[in-house]
Amino acid sequence: MASIAEELAEKHKEISIGEFFERNKHILGFDSLTKALVTAVKEGVDNSLDACEEAGILPDITVEVRSIGEQEYSVSVEDNGPGIPKRKVANVFAKLLYGSRFHDIRQSRGQQGIGVSAVVMYGQLSTGKPTLVRSKVMEKDYANEFRITLDTKNNKPDILSQEVVLWEGKAHGTRFETCIEGLLRSGEHSVFEYLKNTAIVNPHTQITYVSDDETVVFKRATDQLPPKTKSVKPHIEGIELGTFVKMAKSTERRRLSSFLVNEFSRISYRTVKDICKEAGIGERTNPSEMDIQDCKKLLKATARVKIMAPETDCLSPIGSMLIKKGLKNVLKGYHPEFYAPPITREPCVYSGNPFQVEVGLVFGGDLPSEGPVRVLRYANRVPLLYKKSACATTTAIKNIDWRIYGLEQRGGKGMPSGPAIILVHVASTRVPFTSEAKDSIADIPEVVEEIEKALRECARNLRTHLNKGKTREKISEKFMVVKDILPMIAEKSAAIVGKEPPSLEKVMTKIMGVVYVENTFVKKDKIWESTININNYTPRKRNIVVYMEKPYPDTELIFSDPEPVFNGDHLRWELSSMDPSASRTICFRYNGDLGKEDLSGIDVYVEGVSETELIGADPLPADWDIALAEIEGGE
Amino acid sequence: MEDRYQMAFSRLEDIASQFYEQLEKGKIPEMKIATRSKNNIKFNKRSGVWKLGNSKSTRSAKKMSGAVMILRTLYMLDFIREMIDTDRSSTLREMYYISEGWDKAKFGDQSESDRLAEDMEIVSDCLREDFKLRPEEDGARIIGDIVVEEKTRKGDLRKLNCRDDVGDSGYTIPYNVEKDKVNFSKVNVDFIIAIETGGMFDRLVENGFDEEANALLVHLKGQPARSTRRLIKRLNEEKGLPVVVFTDGDPWSFRIFASIAYGAINSAHLSELLAIPSAEYVGITASDIMNYDLPTDKLSQTDREALKQELEDPRFNTRFWKNEIETMLAINKKAEQQALAKYGLEYVTEVYLPEKLGELGII
Repeated sequence: MASIAEELAEKHKEISIGEFFERNKHILGFDSLTKALVTAVKEGVDNSLDACEEAGILPDITVEVRSIGEQEYSVSVEDNGPGIPKRKVANVFAKLLYGSRFHDIRQSRGQQGIGVSAVVMYGQLSTGKPTLVRSKVMEKDYANEFRITLDTKNNKPDILSQEVVLWEGKAHGTRFETCIEGLLRSGEHSVFEYLKNTAIVNPHTQITYVSDDETVVFKRATDQLPPKTKSVKPHIEGIELGTFVKMAKSTERRRLSSFLVNEFSRISYRTVKDICKEAGIGERTNPSEMDIQDCKKLLKATARVKIMAPETDCLSPIGSMLIKKGLKNVLKGYHPEFYAPPITREPCVYSGNPFQVEVGLVFGGDLPSEGPVRVLRYANRVPLLYKKSACATTTAIKNIDWRIYGLEQRGGKGMPSGPAIILVHVASTRVPFTSEAKDSIADIPEVVEEIEKALRECARNLRTHLNKGKTREKISEKFMVVKDILPMIAEKSAAIVGKEPPSLEKVMTKIMGVVYVENTFVKKDKIWESTININNYTPRKRNIVVYMEKPYPDTELIFSDPEPVFNGDHLRWELSSMDPSASRTICFRYNGDLGKEDLSGIDVYVEGVSETELIGADPLPADWDIALAEIEGGE
Repeated sequence: MEDRYQMAFSRLEDIASQFYEQLEKGKIPEMKIATRSKNNIKFNKRSGVWKLGNSKSTRSAKKMSGAVMILRTLYMLDFIREMIDTDRSSTLREMYYISEGWDKAKFGDQSESDRLAEDMEIVSDCLREDFKLRPEEDGARIIGDIVVEEKTRKGDLRKLNCRDDVGDSGYTIPYNVEKDKVNFSKVNVDFIIAIETGGMFDRLVENGFDEEANALLVHLKGQPARSTRRLIKRLNEEKGLPVVVFTDGDPWSFRIFASIAYGAINSAHLSELLAIPSAEYVGITASDIMNYDLPTDKLSQTDREALKQELEDPRFNTRFWKNEIETMLAINKKAEQQALAKYGLEYVTEVYLPEKLGELGII
């Protein structure tokens, strides 16, 4: 018996991390040929973006994918980042779990330090070829170039060659080129799609994509870099027992109390007292002497003590403005009819990890109206292309009855359909991915709930927009009744009874029952002419006041008929005693370089008509004067 | 101008002046009209037919669709006035084509203009015939020993025996069968048998069933034209002739029977003029399919749905029909009248009809 046990024991061997990953390629996102190519590009681009942003550089990234044989591609990613010092290059590219952010709690794209080394490893395993890395730091006049592979048994780099080269026209940056087995496809899971989606949420980035068939440039839409993310101490609520034990063992603090206060966020000496009392462990205990049971007790105790939620200012959301800019920049070819104002929720916490949800929604235009809506999923500004159905974003979308917001959805369940794109971004110091391949976000209830809330908030604006369209349609239908059909009814009935056609004004105002405001813009040379038509289709005489904001600070009103009354940046026209079915026109011209979008965004407000009787403009908000003060002080 | 046209003329004018007055008073023009739907037909105990209920819908010029309908109404009644005035008539199809010139009031297709013509009957309480409008298809045929007195185009009266003075195709029913046009001077039959298909009608003629059973054979040509129904109704009412209906055995034929006996939803406003509540259904029934072991076809999906709808239809809410419809659904089969030929050409007149009519107490 013993000999069999011995025999079996013989077979138990330690496997290296390299070997393990070699056998479990799918964990790292190399499970199919198409995906392998996307993953290679993704890991490179993630690293480049993180590096550039950390160094405060506007990223300029070139991705090149070339076919070099049957199902074999050369993939290169080049950036203008700060570069990597010579001694570190090999470890960055050919040592798994080597990274700058592994022990760091902050919002970043790469976290585990597996990414690009896994690409190097996959390349060498699938094609047998080494990876070429070139990097130049600002301080040096030359770049270093390496040919490296990864020693999978010992998880360390093998440097095959190393030389000093000149890098013409490059102040700093890193480029790597690797040969991998793969398949270049188009469509939802393509390199192109990945880069396009990256460009949407990283409008500060310029991305050039070169393949055998095309060269595409996703232009930079803003020069504003996202604010740098802070790294934070871990929050005790989210910590795993293993990590806690490791921290306790390796800390230099001699007392439990100072260990907890200094190495975790939001813990004061007062809370330590409560925790220790609850756990029955002395505050003066040496943390490195605690056993696993003590650690367990401590963590359990924290759950019963009220600890402040982790700080959330370490997160860097994209922001409503930039989401809109990014979407517009990339989707303008579709001429969408409506960009719902993107929603950035307040930060929240799931098991000790701060996270924040952002949502954007684009509707109509030339977006395909058949089939389910398109969903753009992001985690820490990285597009997620795979495992859509397992993702928290999908769960949240399916939980919502989209019909009430104006999208089609069979039975009010599942994916909505129609001409829309939904963007969901989850930012966190620790995005709860379902696996190491970081393809999808796990269904954490807090996260799903936040996404749902953000989606609903955003969708409400879509509903408002669609309703406005419906009201306009209804009104234009009424116009046709009043202008075309009613006179014919009058004429025909009069002819049959042999009398004069009756006057129709009363009936017309009854059918319309609204004050209708029409606002049109025309561009003539560098001058914008705006015409506001006000029609009183109500049975009452009215005094109507029209308000408008000055379109932009550096514009100038050069003509207006009638003359407006000025009040700071606001204009006011008074139209007194408008009889039923009377119409008035306000015409004015602006000098200045305005886009059409700028002007269509200008609201016209009307006083003297109730909300239900007013079409084509909004009633004057109650806080008009207050808003005025804010604008003067704020912008 | 004859009285009936005179009346139609003034009633139509009333409708127009109603719109005119509304406009003059500053009211939004509107018209109320009885709703024609399955939910708004009510059984009238006194007359024994299904008539329109009290539910009304309003067409208002507030909305585009209502405004257009009112305009169409005006155009149509103006057109009818003119026809009455100039003593001309047109077919429903001709009116549809004429509406091409009605600007914004023109119709999308003929069913719309046909339907509006029916609406006009309802609001004016007149008949389509009073409007000088007639359907396309000529009426169906009858054969049997009755003498019809019909006014010719020249205005003379002409007598015609519908058995002896006609060829194999019988006497053709004109579109106007009202008393000013058609009367019955001699009726020498015991009952009327209305037959759905031309094939079966011809079979009964060839087998001499009219003489043998002393019956008036009427060809329905599918869902019968209004004039066909009206003629049968008059014979039933004025001459006391029992009516039996002989159709294929499928859901659509059941509906033919229902519209003859109880009235159709679209013409429910005319039920008192058209429906014959005493009419009996001879067959083919689902029970016939089983009893006579007839050749059958499988019910299609739409057949099944039609049958299920009929179970909801108040007109079929009798034990006999519930039973037959449910049986048909259960056996999932339908049969044509002519399936009886399985047993020979004489079978229908020598066995089937005598047996069935005997059960009904007709012969």
